[in-house]
Order: sequence, then C-alpha cells, then structure tokens
Amino acid sequence: MRVISTHFGDPLQRRLGTYVERGGYEALKKAFSMGPDEVVETVKASGLRGRGGAGFPTGVKWSFMPKEATKPHYLLCNADESEPGTFKDRELMRWDPHQLIEGCLIAAYAIRAKHAYIYCRGEFFETNQVVARAVEDAYEKGYAGEDIFGSGNDIAVTVHQGAGAYICGEETGLMNSLEGRRGEPRVKPPFPAAVGVFGMPSTINNVETLAAVPHIVNNGEEWYRQWGTESSPGTKLFCVSGHINKPGNYELPLGFPLSELIDDVCGGIRNGNGLKAVIPGGSSVAILNSEEARRCRLDYEGCIDVGTMLGCASVIVMDDTTDIVKQVRRMVDFYAHESCGQCTPCREGSAWAAQIMKRIEIGEGTVEDLDTLMEVTEQMVGTTICVLSDSVAPPVQSSIQKFRADYLALISEQESAGAT
Amino acid sequence: MPEMVTLTIDGTEVKVPKGTTILEAAKQVGKVIPHYCYHPGMSSPAMCRMCLVDVEGAPKPQASCVTTVMENQVVDTESSASVANRRGVLEFYLVNHPLDCPICDMSGECDLQDFVHAEGRDHGRSVEPKRVFGRDDFGGDVLFYGDRCVMCTRCVRFMSEVEQDERLTVVERGNRSVIDTFFEKGLDGTEWHGNIVDICPVGALVSKEFLHKTRAWDLDHTPSICASCSQGCNIELHTAENLVQRVKPRENLEVNAWWMCDYGRHDYEWINHGQRIEAPLVRDATGSSRTTGWKDALTSLLEGASGLNGTSVQIVVSARGSNEDLAALTKLQDVMGGGDKVFRVSQADEESALPGFPTLARRKDLGPNVGGAELLGISRVGESDGTGGLEAVKDHDGIIIVLGDNLEDQDETFGANAGLYVYLGTHECAATKAAHLVLPVTTFAEQEGTFTNHEGRIQRFWPALQPPGMARPAWLILGAVLAELSEGVAPRSAAEAFMNLAEAVPALRGLTYEGMGLSGSVSETAQHASLD
Ligand SMILES: Cc1cc2nc3c(=O)[nH]c(=O)nc-3n(C[C@H](O)[C@H](O)[C@H](O)COP(=O)(O)O)c2cc1C
Ligand code: SF4
Ligand code: SF4
Ligand code: SF4
Ligand code: FES
Repeated sequence: MRVISTHFGDPLQRRLGTYVERGGYEALKKAFSMGPDEVVETVKASGLRGRGGAGFPTGVKWSFMPKEATKPHYLLCNADESEPGTFKDRELMRWDPHQLIEGCLIAAYAIRAKHAYIYCRGEFFETNQVVARAVEDAYEKGYAGEDIFGSGNDIAVTVHQGAGAYICGEETGLMNSLEGRRGEPRVKPPFPAAVGVFGMPSTINNVETLAAVPHIVNNGEEWYRQWGTESSPGTKLFCVSGHINKPGNYELPLGFPLSELIDDVCGGIRNGNGLKAVIPGGSSVAILNSEEARRCRLDYEGCIDVGTMLGCASVIVMDDTTDIVKQVRRMVDFYAHESCGQCTPCREGSAWAAQIMKRIEIGEGTVEDLDTLMEVTEQMVGTTICVLSDSVAPPVQSSIQKFRADYLALISEQESAGAT
Repeated sequence: MPEMVTLTIDGTEVKVPKGTTILEAAKQVGKVIPHYCYHPGMSSPAMCRMCLVDVEGAPKPQASCVTTVMENQVVDTESSASVANRRGVLEFYLVNHPLDCPICDMSGECDLQDFVHAEGRDHGRSVEPKRVFGRDDFGGDVLFYGDRCVMCTRCVRFMSEVEQDERLTVVERGNRSVIDTFFEKGLDGTEWHGNIVDICPVGALVSKEFLHKTRAWDLDHTPSICASCSQGCNIELHTAENLVQRVKPRENLEVNAWWMCDYGRHDYEWINHGQRIEAPLVRDATGSSRTTGWKDALTSLLEGASGLNGTSVQIVVSARGSNEDLAALTKLQDVMGGGDKVFRVSQADEESALPGFPTLARRKDLGPNVGGAELLGISRVGESDGTGGLEAVKDHDGIIIVLGDNLEDQDETFGANAGLYVYLGTHECAATKAAHLVLPVTTFAEQEGTFTNHEGRIQRFWPALQPPGMARPAWLILGAVLAELSEGVAPRSAAEAFMNLAEAVPALRGLTYEGMGLSGSVSETAQHASLD
C-alpha cells in the first residue's frame, strides 16, 4: 500500500513529463480552484500530522497564518533530515521531487505565500541536484514561478543547500541558517506564524508532510483516513535499519504493529538472532526492550502507550548481540557534537554526559555515574531554547532503566579489575 | 502613561508597565533573579538559562529575561523547580570552569563565584578532564581567558549592537563554542571596547591595564564624573592605597547608560601623578620664597591685594574646575574689581558617538566643566590643543589669578609684570615661577563638587582620594578670602558653596545639591546657553 512512495525506484518519475502523465500537478490546479482556506480545511480534516517528529496537525498549523498577506508569507520545507536512523526525506526527494514541489506549491498557496524554500541538508549532494533540476523544469513549464498555469498565482520555489548541521533542522535554527546567520534556534514566542524567516509570517513543514498534501487534495480527506487510526490517520514511511534482514523504507498505515514490521515486512532479525531493543522513532526517543517492542503499535498514541514516541518513525532494530552502552554513547556523542551551544544545560550537559558514557564504555565507570547520568540528563529537560537538549534524556534514561545490567557489567568489570 | 500590569512576585504584588519582563519587574520588589546573558542595554538571547522561574500555569519554568508580565500572573523565583534549575545550570558551568579564582581578576565581583556560593552544589560531580581553550589577546586593552567564559555572548552583542563594529563572534558550536576575533582583526582601533570587560559576568575578559593590579575586595568605589570630556559620563573611581586603580562606568540612562569610552576610562594617571604642591608658597619682593601655612598665605594674599585697589583682575581657569571652584573665583574677581575671565581646553578633531546609544559621545571638548565655565561667563581662548590665548593675561600689570590651568606652554615671564599673581594648582612649572602665591588645591577626585556637562546637566562627584599635604578645594580657599573681603560668611561645605552659586546664577535657581543625587539635574537655561 503506497501513497507517497509509489514511484520509489523508478527514475522516470523524476521527469516532469512522466510526473504530469501520471496525474501530477492536477492537485495544484484543483487547489487553485478551491481557494486557500478550503485547502487548509481539507488538510485539517484529513488529520495529516507533521512527519518531522512532533506530529503536530498540519492543517491546524497552516490555520495559524494570518488570513491577509499584508506582509510577505513564506513556506519552508524542512529537508534537513539529519536525525540518526532517518532516511525517508532523501528518498522522497530523489525519487519523486515533483511530488514534493507540488506539495510545497499547494501549501504555499494555502498559507498565502509567494515564496517557498526547500532547505535541503548539505550532505545530500545528489538529492540537492535532483530537486534543483526538478524546480528548474517546473519553472520552465510554468508549474512554478509567475502566473502558474495562467491562474494568476505567483509562487517562487528556491532550493537552499544547508551546510551540514543537525540543528539547522530545528525550525527556527533553519530560519536563521536560511537568513545567513548561525544555525541557532530562536526563542519562542514569537512563533513562526507571526515572526518567521526574514521576520515574516512563515510555516515550516517536513518533506514527507508536504509530499502527502497533493494526494489529500486530489482524493479528499475521507480517502486519506481509510488508513491509520482516528487520531493518527494516513500512511507513513518507516525507515527501518539495524539488525534486520531487509532494511529500508516502508510505507505503511499508521497503527501498524511493530512486531509485524520487523518479522514480516523486514524479514526478521539477522541470523535468526533474538530481539534485544528497538528505537521506534529515531535517536531522540526512548528505547524499547523486546517485550515493549512486541506490544508497540506504530502510531503517535501507540508509541506513547509503551513510553516512547513515534518521532519520525526511524525504526532502529537491535539484536541480542548489541552493545547498548556503545549505541547510546554514540547517540549522546551525536547530540554533544550537534548542540548549537547556546543553552548552558545543552552545551555543557550533552558533552558531559558523553564523557561519562565514554568512561563507562571503556570500563572506567562507577555505579554513581549512572545516577549522575540520570540527573544530568534530567537537568537538560524543559530548560532550554529548543528540544535538542531534551532529546538526550530518553535514550540515556531508558537504556539505564531497561538495560542496567549491560551498564553494570561494564562497571563491575572495572571494579573487579581494580580489585586484582 | 503606559498601560500598567499587576502581578505577584514571590508573594509581593507589583505594578509595572505592560511589556516589562519578569526579570525587570522582579528588580522592583528588590529581587535580582540570577542571570548571565541578559543585559538591559542589549537584545536578550535567553541562552544562559539561569533566569528560569516558575510562572503559575506555565508547563515549565520560563526565562524571566524574555517573558513579559501578564495581569494577575503569579511568579515564584524560589520554587523548587527554579532553584533546581539554577543549581543545575551552575553545575554545568563548573564542568569545564577552571575555578582559578585565586589568580582571576574577577574574583570578588564575579557572578559565577557569587551565584555558585549562594546556590551551587557544595561538591561538583564532574570528574572528567576539563576542556582547555587557553588565553588569547583580543587586541586593545582586552585579554580573553577562554576557560572562564560562560558563553553569555554579551561581549559579542555589545560589539555588534552597541558599538556596531562586529569584531567578536562565536566560533564552533556545542561545548567547543568559543569567543574569537575575526582572524587577526581584534579590538584594536575600536573606542568603546572597555565596556565588554565590564559586562563580562566572569573573569573571561579582563583589562590588560588592570591585570593582577589589585584584588577587587581591596578597592573602594566612589561615585564620580568622568573628567575627560564634556559628556559627563557617570563613573566610579576604584581606589586603593590612595591611588585610582581603575575607572568603571556607573549607570545613568540620561547620560551614558552603562557605558563609557576607552579614552576616558584610561585617562586617570594624571590624578595619581606625584610631585604635587603640598603647601602654600609665598614669594616676597626679593624673589625668595617660603612654604607656609594657610593662615599666613591668605593674609599675604589679602595684603597683596589691598595695595591694588582699582586694577583689573584677570582670571584663567581650567575646565576641570568644579562649578563651586569657578563660581568662588568669579565672585572674588567681581569683589576685587572685575576683569577678563578665560579658560582653555583641548579639543578632539571629531566627536565620537556610540552608535547603539548615540546620545553618548566622546565630545570634542576634552574637559568636564566647559558648561560650567561658560555658564559663569568665562570665555574660551587659545588653540584646540589647549595652548596659547594668554597673550593679554601674561603681561597684565594688575592682578592675575590662575586656577587649575597647568600653564605648561608658558614660560617664566608669565605674570612677571603683575602686581599680584596668585596660582592655585597642583603642580609647579616654569610659568608659576613669578607667582606671588602658589596655593595647593585638590583635584576633582579629592573633593566634593559638581560639573556641568555639554547639555547643561549638573552632576555631583564625591571625594575618592585623600588630598596631598595641605591641598584644599579651591572653593574653600577662595571662599575664605572672599569672606574676609566682603565681610560675609565662608561656605563650610561644597553643598553650601553650591547653594551660593545656585542663588547667584539665575539659570541654576531651584536646583538643590541634595536633589541632584547620584544622577544629576538639568538646568534648562544652561542647556539653551550651551546650544547657542
Ligand atoms: C534538533 C532538531 C532537529 C530537527 N530536525 C528536523 C529535520 O531534520 N527535519 C524535519 O522535518 N524536522 C526536524 N525537526 C522538527 C522541526 O523543528 C519541525 O518541527 C518540523 O520541521 C515541522 O514540520 P512538520 O510539522 O511537518 O513535522 C527538528 C527538531 C529539532 C528540535
Ligand atoms: S537546546 Fe541545545 S541545540 Fe537547542 S538552542 Fe539550546 S543549545 Fe542549541
Ligand atoms: S571567573 Fe569567577 S569563578 Fe571563574 S575563576 Fe574567575 S572569579 Fe573564579
Ligand atoms: S567572554 Fe565574557 S562576555 Fe563574552 S561570552 Fe564569555 S563570559 Fe560572556
Ligand atoms: S538571563 Fe535569561 S536566559 Fe540568560
């Protein structure tokens, strides 16, 4: 069952001609005939939720924009995809760039923006080229730019290549970066719908969110709601990686059972090994042990029920050979490396936590270190400008709680080594 | 009248204008919420996360430096969440902080030291090796001790927003972030960078000139006025061992906000200058001179003057003299028969305004009381370097009284023809050779008094140093002479001297010494006079 990944693997889809032959840009025409507010209402009714991690209802977000464009409005597409374990936006862009461009144009129209920026992660060279080429084609054929299809609507589309920083994926960090400043998140309020990029009302959406929009406009909200659950409707790309036989991107209805994803869709765990742990939503969410993983339904609420989050649905599967401490240490290293450095708890706490983790990993930790890690990461929650800081706690705390024996094994090795 | 909002902070109700931040509102109930990145003179990045407080109804503690007040808001700065956050932030700072307080210039006035002492953990939990950045010369008067930096970015924001000459930036990110200059282009050539040392909440930015000079707790702080130009920046003289050790700006939003220029900041060595005249000197007709006491000196002065009734009295004053000093002299001049009144002052080529606070500028006139001199009808003479212009006075055969002008460009012949030449100053030079009386006076740093700045604001200063030997304020000396001549009462305090002045000068009427307080008062007429 595919909606947004239908054409993955088909290079022809990148061509504007093929895209149009297959029904492309019809949704944009339809949107123009509906009027902005009706587009917003349709997306609202579809229940589409942001695929960038937080799951905020997309139509509701759009409705925060001023109803009159007395100042320029901007639509920003967040294509900075950098969360460890996540590789869905890249695929959406490189296989079906026009689907995203069409989604951007519709969203821009809905929020009364005349300019859409696609902020693409710097390391995605090929992707950047594919999207930039597609934008050029769209301009050439009059699908973007001035007076699109003679409708009188002007919407410019600009592809901006980032310079490679995870924090530029945070919505306001992205805005600063786009403006040529340091990629540092801004204090909210003011929120982007009031003061966004270039100080103007802005809406920011993830690639996958925007890619779903043309289909919803074409087919209507009821059609979209045939998949998923009442509060998590629709389909979602799951980026599955780790110790499974068939890693990759899988588009599935929300609410899909995690165990079926692992065993059936992905062909089970490698070498017939047992399941040790799963991270269902990328590095920023709590780790599940195998028992929790078996119970987990993959939608926003289902994940909360087992004490974690769906995040951007980056499912990292770990078999029973996995060194959990090392995996968590690598995640903490990542956050320490990517913290922008503004907030004291994040700047100092992430690096400190990484140092403690490293010490434990190499067998120089103590039992007190575990308490310190719990407290240090707790001091980083809810105290900072953006939630990068908050993201350190879930992997660290959940792993200490659920895999304490793994930590203690490394610690007691050290303690017995000290005793001899 | 701005719209007012009523809220409760730590149980005390307070009314503040709409738009005020919680942090500023808390100041009004006497509560300083600990903070690092916030500075009232610059934008608020809300990045140190030290100032978080509980606001009833908010899901998590709010940054009080950017959260504005709301009607009926209930704020708790001492809630367990607020205190826990501060403890947490302080612990985070100490993970990499060198704690080299014993050799740190900031020690004793450091916000990290103070806040950790007040609320930090008694034992740090970090056992990891500390990050090392080392020391960097930022150019100008500034040294950067990277390891002590708390990354509040006040220095960066001062340079970009207030001085508006971007010379500093944050390089790298995460805990590798560090303040740096743009390649080798440091702070050299900027004129306000001393302020970043003041606003750095810790010992990361220190003054080269002050480096390891004295400990902060050995310094006495005296409110004063910068004597280096006519802006009249409010300052503090920091003194130890009867020497000015450094100069710091003092907040006055009407004049200099929190800032002062580097020129004024570093122009204080003259106050400490030794070789002062310590006792009155009387020279007789034979040219031989003797040091003497005040009584004898003043008697000689009165005797000298008594034989010269009817001759004109030429006075030369310095723009560093206080209003009270200058007024005492002009009044004495009147009583003795009147004559020309002149002053000389060095001038800079240009005014140098602070772009982010443009009402503050290092003014062209490099003296603090040009306004006062002009108000008393004393005329400016001489070149822009403060020399010349005394041709008429030099050979005057009546009475010459010089107050404060150091006459460095003049030679021994100055005043040689005078019937009576009285020099009131701090140092002898060639041009004081002919003086019948050389009387030691105090500098502004050794006496109380007032200056009138370029816009007619009268501002008080207080004595910070013990005067050398028998040096006395000029108003006291001249007041005593005047009392003798006019059978009046000599003022016994600077306040009385000011009162006499305020009564005599219509433009100052209504101003009171007490009323001026720490931030001064503007005399309307003086303002117009100086604008003409
Ligand atoms: C540290 C950090 C990194 C983020 N990185 C991304 C990213 O790479 N891509 C993305 O779409 N959203 C990212 N987000 C989430 C965005 O801030 C924002 O919520 C999202 O782009 C909104 O789009 P949506 O409503 O369509 O999900 C990140 C958030 C944080 C705190
Ligand atoms: S939480 Fe971390 S990444 Fe986010 S703004 Fe603060 S320092 Fe930067
Ligand atoms: S900056 Fe403050 S805490 Fe740090 S060494 Fe200096 S005085 Fe001590
Ligand atoms: S050097 Fe001082 S003022 Fe500048 S960021 Fe560091 S602590 Fe703040
Ligand atoms: S003073 Fe509020 S966050 Fe720094």
